Amino acid sequence: MTLPIELDDRFRSAAAAEGLLDVAYDVADSPIGPLLLAASERGVCRISFNPEPEAALEALARAHGVRVLRSPRPVDELRHQLDDYFEGRRRDFDVAVDTSVLPAFQQLVLEELARVPYGELATYGGLAARIGRPRAARAVGGALNRNPIPIVLPCHRVVGSTGSLVGYAGGLERKRALLELEGATV
Amino acid sequence: MPTAAPPFERFYEATREEIYRYLVRLLGRQSAEDAFQETFLKALRAYGRLVHADNLRAWAFTIATRVALDERRRARPEHDLPELAASDARPAFAELEHLAGTLPRTERAAVVLRYGYDLAYADIAAALGSSEEAARQATSSGVRRLRKKGVA
Repeated sequence: MTLPIELDDRFRSAAAAEGLLDVAYDVADSPIGPLLLAASERGVCRISFNPEPEAALEALARAHGVRVLRSPRPVDELRHQLDDYFEGRRRDFDVAVDTSVLPAFQQLVLEELARVPYGELATYGGLAARIGRPRAARAVGGALNRNPIPIVLPCHRVVGSTGSLVGYAGGLERKRALLELEGATV
Repeated sequence: MPTAAPPFERFYEATREEIYRYLVRLLGRQSAEDAFQETFLKALRAYGRLVHADNLRAWAFTIATRVALDERRRARPEHDLPELAASDARPAFAELEHLAGTLPRTERAAVVLRYGYDLAYADIAAALGSSEEAARQATSSGVRRLRKKGVA
């Protein structure tokens, strides 16, 4: 006798519907591999290229609270928008993001990053200048490297001053794939 | 140092099957479904305030037991029909478990927790909200009653 799937699903939905979760997450398919999607009450708080929830769950629990549960509904809207994005039907994401647990400097960098338009490139130095810290290109690079919400917060659009791709937490192949999808010339 | 609670998903994955089977044993399949959701929603409400996570399995059984005892208080008699013995029970207990439905509810929970799930008397006491001595007594009088019925 095993737990019926409907009963498992019903509990996961009820937990989210009653507002009892610090973080709801699910795993979604995408052309660049499976993605772990997570949202707090405030908004999307994590997109991970490593779909194995092992490490991600611990980190989410530390940052947002231990009531972390796989529950699809709270990330459904994000999943649909990502599908549209990968199909080329969407250029901008319209979801709330939760960066509230991040250091102030990183929040500032990510806010500026969100303004880099679809298909265009920015440089680390350029972003540093735009937040009024022209000499902080390296720190900006560090903040982007730890971007918890890639794709939606488009750190793939940021390259080195010579136009080289430099790096990407999800691997350079994914960065290249996202830029090609957006028709950016690298 | 006390262990910190793992992400709820871990706790849920580790306990959900066992708790579901336990509730089915106590309540029958139909009432067990509501009791299952109720148990884990209660757990979730309290989870963020846990001071340590040293014995989460027993904690889950405690919540499930309280939910089940409430449920049985409300239940109509036909919901009280016992299920057939579950396949994961110990053989000796499994032979008698089909009779457990006739036991008073606390004795039934005590017997199932002790012999179906190997819980310590301290944990059974917590589940029943009683002393350890009372948990021992409930278990042994439940077993005596079962044996009588078993040979009768």
